[in-house]
Amino acid sequence: MSVLVGHDTKLVVQGMSGAAGAFHAKQMVEYGTRVVAGVTPGKGGAKVAGLEQVPMYDTVEEAVTHTGANTSVVYVPPPFAADSILEAAAAGIRLIIAITEGIPARDMVKVKYVLDRDYKGVILVGPNCPGVITPGQCKVGIMPGYIHKAGGVGVVSRSGTLTYEIVHQLTALGLGQSTAIGIGGDPVKGTDFIDALQWFAEDSGTSSIFMIGEIGGDSEERAAQFIKENIKKPVAAFIGGQTAPPGKRMGHAGAIISGGKGAASDKIAALLAAGIAVSPTPAEMGKTLAKVLSAAT
Amino acid sequence: MKIHEYQGKQLFQKYGVPVPFGIAAMTAEEAIAAIPKVQQESGGQVVVVKAQIHAGGRGKGGGVKVAKDTAAAEAAVKAIYGMTLVTHQTGPEGKKVQRLLVEQGLAIEHEYYLGMLLDRATGKVTVMASREGGMDIEEVAASHPEKILREPIDPATGWCDYQSRKLAKALGMSGKHASALGKFMPALTKCYEEMDCSLLEINPLITTKDGRVLALDAKINFDDNAMYRHPELEALRDPNEEEASEIEAKKWDLSYVALEGNIGCMVNGAGLAMSTMDIINFYGGKPANFLDVGGGATAEKVTAAFKIITSDPGVKAIFVNIFGGIMKCDTIAAGVIAAVKEVGLEVPLVVRLEGTNVELGKKMLAESKLNIVAAADMADGAQKVVAAAKGGHS
Repeated sequence: MSVLVGHDTKLVVQGMSGAAGAFHAKQMVEYGTRVVAGVTPGKGGAKVAGLEQVPMYDTVEEAVTHTGANTSVVYVPPPFAADSILEAAAAGIRLIIAITEGIPARDMVKVKYVLDRDYKGVILVGPNCPGVITPGQCKVGIMPGYIHKAGGVGVVSRSGTLTYEIVHQLTALGLGQSTAIGIGGDPVKGTDFIDALQWFAEDSGTSSIFMIGEIGGDSEERAAQFIKENIKKPVAAFIGGQTAPPGKRMGHAGAIISGGKGAASDKIAALLAAGIAVSPTPAEMGKTLAKVLSAAT
Repeated sequence: MKIHEYQGKQLFQKYGVPVPFGIAAMTAEEAIAAIPKVQQESGGQVVVVKAQIHAGGRGKGGGVKVAKDTAAAEAAVKAIYGMTLVTHQTGPEGKKVQRLLVEQGLAIEHEYYLGMLLDRATGKVTVMASREGGMDIEEVAASHPEKILREPIDPATGWCDYQSRKLAKALGMSGKHASALGKFMPALTKCYEEMDCSLLEINPLITTKDGRVLALDAKINFDDNAMYRHPELEALRDPNEEEASEIEAKKWDLSYVALEGNIGCMVNGAGLAMSTMDIINFYGGKPANFLDVGGGATAEKVTAAFKIITSDPGVKAIFVNIFGGIMKCDTIAAGVIAAVKEVGLEVPLVVRLEGTNVELGKKMLAESKLNIVAAADMADGAQKVVAAAKGGHS
């Protein structure tokens, strides 16, 4: 078992003719992901080098009609990415994984608003995230596949590269992953910690969870509360940015809107208070979960 | 991206957001020449001389002076221009004042706080306002959160007139002031939206005895992701407000922040970059910078990043910590090799590579015959670079 992606995933790659789209589409095919279509406006019917077996379409709607694609991954450049996400939702895609980094916040406010209003069943992961992988079954995104191993740890992370770090550490310890979800660090995003935690709680293939947060916002604090109240499976966590210098805060308004939350120390305190083990350094994340697991058995 | 108060007020004027009459000056002479013009335009003697630096807390630091007449105004200009202004946001070294705003003095009736930014929790731009304006708004937020009104903006409708009326009630404005706020708010929220602001703060927003509502201050930040939509904003950058290395980094679209320590860091991904600083601290070292080369960097960009790090004379060792996803390890290797060939390498370099094309990257570094310390993992790399910076390892 797993969450979000697996053997049933039929993937359409939005922006497949671009350099990043083509490179990662090939990597996904090699990993075993069922890449059924590519979309780039104006490139319908064209062939992408190295991906000749994957049909290209002008629109996501055509891709869905002809191939039955149910999941999309977005590599489209920032000025056009918000539009591409909405195009996928309108075409009936149920899971949209947006990799693109640098989408203006104004655009994402609108995307989130429209998805919440008109596409309640559609799940957006990202943007500005590494994607989602169910080891041994399906990789959607940009993560290096070889570091993963199938198993029971559900991983959810706000940071892309730290996701690789934890997965690498877990695999080295012999702890495989059920699914690893990079939710991205943008201020306006789709899936948040609580969504992913809920999925992992319900997934029979997930036996424990590792969560990676970062400074800013208060979603880690809310997640800690949620875990305390709802999650029976063992959870360990890490918060990045413990020594980040102040000054990245946005005037008074940033401090006011989050009610004084957002510092790494606040997040760590909230996690510890919820009974969650917190790794002291990014190099000991895997060991921290391993300790929790050995204490539980 | 941040801009100065006077630039923010010029933008406000374009959108019809009322601000006091004022003239920006780049020299003390210009500021003194501006005094009679401001007096003439406002019909009164009182002017306010305001230091133009990006950091807040200028009033408390002595960078804002109200002058009753021309002589006092000239004295204020002489006192503020060129001074090193220290506020809680500048750091102890302070900031040299090189621009001034000379503005008309107004008969203030009441000072309010008004802020706008994106609320991550709701995904909506939110207006925050309080009757308790002036300098200590963060204290108000902490001790009396109920005194701060929050009004989210619906992405479909934008700011609505009823919200202006609601705001006026909450702030205790009536009559002329309430109707002035009814014009002020649509103009302000339009400015935020169209200009892709990420923060807009007016502290204080004032009412005057003659029934007006004005922005007495203007703090504006723009969404860096949306700069491509506003090329005209590039001209508003003040190089004096940025470190030379940070300007160079921006040219290459690198996320770079100069810090106090002696270990130069080159990392991909903001989370890993922050955590690399964390682990260097954990092992007793001090990072010289935060540098995220980003996901899609080219070898040229990596070379530029490496040069920025080595240009800091305080750097005693360098830690390259890469876990490649989009970023390929061979790209990093090629960039590092090119940079070292170009600028040389005077300090120990510790490299930890993992991820996409890692074998190729490692092979390139090994074959380059450069004096590189290879790290097995992040903890190993952090310990090696901390030791190297202390001179215990070469």
